[in-house]
Amino acid sequence: MSTRKAVAVALLALSTAAFAVDNTPPLADPAMQQRYLALINEFRCMQCQNEALADSNVSLAADLRLEIHDLIKSGKSDDQIRDYLVARYGEFILFRPRMSWRNAWLWAAPGVLLLGGLAIALRVLRQRARMPISGDDPPDPVTDA
Amino acid sequence: MKRSLLPLGLFALLVIVLAFGIYNAPRNGSKIIVSPLLGKSAPEFTLPKLIDVGQQYSGQSLRGGWHLVNVWGTWCVECRAEHATLLQIKGEGRVPIVGIDWKDDDASAVAWLAQLGNPYQTVVADRDGRVAIDWGVYGAPESFLVNPQGIVVEKQTGAMTMEDWRSKFLPHLGTGAQSAGKSGS
Repeated sequence: MSTRKAVAVALLALSTAAFAVDNTPPLADPAMQQRYLALINEFRCMQCQNEALADSNVSLAADLRLEIHDLIKSGKSDDQIRDYLVARYGEFILFRPRMSWRNAWLWAAPGVLLLGGLAIALRVLRQRARMPISGDDPPDPVTDA
Repeated sequence: MKRSLLPLGLFALLVIVLAFGIYNAPRNGSKIIVSPLLGKSAPEFTLPKLIDVGQQYSGQSLRGGWHLVNVWGTWCVECRAEHATLLQIKGEGRVPIVGIDWKDDDASAVAWLAQLGNPYQTVVADRDGRVAIDWGVYGAPESFLVNPQGIVVEKQTGAMTMEDWRSKFLPHLGTGAQSAGKSGS
């Protein structure tokens, strides 16, 4: 059974190779190639939008992979490559948007909502604590929801 | 009794917010991406001319007058739909159109222009697509209006219609000869 499972997992792991679309020649330096593989997963394919550059077989994605390949080869850092692509295609090309004043409220929203929820919960709890205890009050449908 | 209206009210609010989002969503998500090039200098480039074989065209030539830069290709279906508009814009004579033939076969491009008419003052061939990357092109056709200082002031992604041209582009050209808007914005 466990051997079977292992074989299944191995086959599953191998199956992704069949979907590989990247024809860019690998970089000679393994560290550079590693950076290349990480970077092409960080950027959006502008044509298909929900695919990464790494997964897209659109010709523009292939061009951009080659561009990233060449930029790494020419000694550019990861950040320089990110700036290069953002300057041309906008922040939209980044799957993980950068923090800025424009989107700060989005980053703050979960914390604000959590604090708001805590404040409401605290109020309700305090109210309840003040309520007289009587056995036959039906449970409040709102606060028990 | 009164309190039980609160969740209903919140739900109604949520419905309103979601409905607003759905009705205001662009039909094609790609259309809302604002080009980071707007307000910036047009990227430098030098490319071979398509028709005057052997000659080079430099992006510097865009300076000194208004230009409409149109990225197209014979493989691009929407470009065929846009072609009539480009011919009409050429007919108006307000602004010369510079074509960037993107990742195309030169012979097909020349045949296309011979067959459908040539709206371009100059066509350059971006065979490997490197220049298109500098312009942030991700879907042909794309058109950029470049002012005499070489700044990109307007951009259209997807096929341009005369309606787009009149409402988005012509107002930038200011008080010219024809029915343009009152002044440049």
